[in-house]
Amino acid sequence: MTLIDLANPTRFLSLTARILPWLAAATTILLLVGLYQAAMAPDDYQQGATVKIMFIHVPNAWLAMFVWGVMSLAALGTLVWRHPLADVAAKAAAPIGAAFTFLALVTGSLWGRPMWGTYWEWDARLTSVLIMFLMYLGLIALWRAVEDPSRAARAAAILTLVGALNLPIIKFSVDWWNTLHQPASVLRMGGPALDRSFLIPLLVMAVAFSLLFVTLHLAAMRNEILRRRVRSLQMMQASRRSA
Amino acid sequence: MTALAALIRRDIKISLRVGGGALIGVLFFLTVVVLMPFAVGPDLALLTRLGPAILWLGALLASLLTLDRLFTADHEDGSLDLIVMSRTPLELTCAAKALAHWLAAGVPLILATPVLGLLLNLNATATAAVALTLLAGTPALTFTGMIGAALAVTLHRGGLLLAVLVLPLSIPVLIFGVAASQAAITGPLSFGTPFSILCALSLVSLVIGPFAAAASLRHGLD
Repeated sequence: MTLIDLANPTRFLSLTARILPWLAAATTILLLVGLYQAAMAPDDYQQGATVKIMFIHVPNAWLAMFVWGVMSLAALGTLVWRHPLADVAAKAAAPIGAAFTFLALVTGSLWGRPMWGTYWEWDARLTSVLIMFLMYLGLIALWRAVEDPSRAARAAAILTLVGALNLPIIKFSVDWWNTLHQPASVLRMGGPALDRSFLIPLLVMAVAFSLLFVTLHLAAMRNEILRRRVRSLQMMQASRRSA
Repeated sequence: MTALAALIRRDIKISLRVGGGALIGVLFFLTVVVLMPFAVGPDLALLTRLGPAILWLGALLASLLTLDRLFTADHEDGSLDLIVMSRTPLELTCAAKALAHWLAAGVPLILATPVLGLLLNLNATATAAVALTLLAGTPALTFTGMIGAALAVTLHRGGLLLAVLVLPLSIPVLIFGVAASQAAITGPLSFGTPFSILCALSLVSLVIGPFAAAASLRHGLD
């Protein structure tokens, strides 16, 4: 089973129909385990119970960036290999990524209120995530502006790749401006700074959210393929009626 | 090479002629700056403090306004198809078109800055700093904006989208442009650091812009 075999949408549909229930079940179980562990995690000595927002906020923020990475790969698939499912994948991923980014912003601002005393702070990382959210919305607007899906796919692919340059700036900005938002504390030189009691639930939640993304993404891709089939059937019917 | 020079000359000539619209940008720039005191009040001290930011914002919006002209006129009369099919590499042609656009629409904005600086009660140093940062930063606005213009021209009715697509990409330029001007006026940071980053942004967009615009023209016009 290679990527080429999946180029056949019918084969893709039958394969995902078999995989999706298992994925959904695994996602539910991991989310429950992660949420339980997060609820059982000790309060932080400074932040109290609000530290538990982290278990939702951080996976969302990670996925916000990860989904753009997935879309960039799909964009390469569209432009370089002309893989038929690549533009379906890119189109289906955009709203999901926007939702993760939005949730990261909302949970971040709810976390910021008790910690920093303000819902919004024009800090570098917050700002660059907000820019990313705007770019997700712009990308969705681009997808919706063009009727022909393959034409829209190529335009969106170029914008996605240009936007991918934004991702390093996000990471770079943490060290560059370094204001109120605390610097990266999980992936850094010399190992994680988080205590084990926080790190394990966080990683479980990160895996659970990634599985959630894969499940939602595959389901959205199926819907998109079916939507295109419905559209072409409607076009055929319309042309037959007029003939 | 002669083809590119001819293209640059042609584009500048068209944009400066009747209906070209390059100087509309300057008029828009002036209007935006004149509107600001009505919004924040005629307090000269406040305007001095906000001056560099107002000028940068005005220049950003003005360069966005004229970006639409970069490809649409050529697309409407069919010359864009000829340009795409010609033997000159499309990346070079895009770069030449952007350069011509910057010369016709970007440079007048920089030339207008000293006059607008007077309106905002900026002293000579501050005005020079803003003009210098605009000189270093507006190429980045044009060359990244070109990507949006190329995407929009292939979409028909893409003018509305252009602003939404391009503005987020121009945020770093705005940040470092204003930071460099403020550093030159009030300190305490050194002017060199943000200014060199601004130059770097312009150089990066000089490389990426033509390739992305050429790719979207090639894929979009069929």
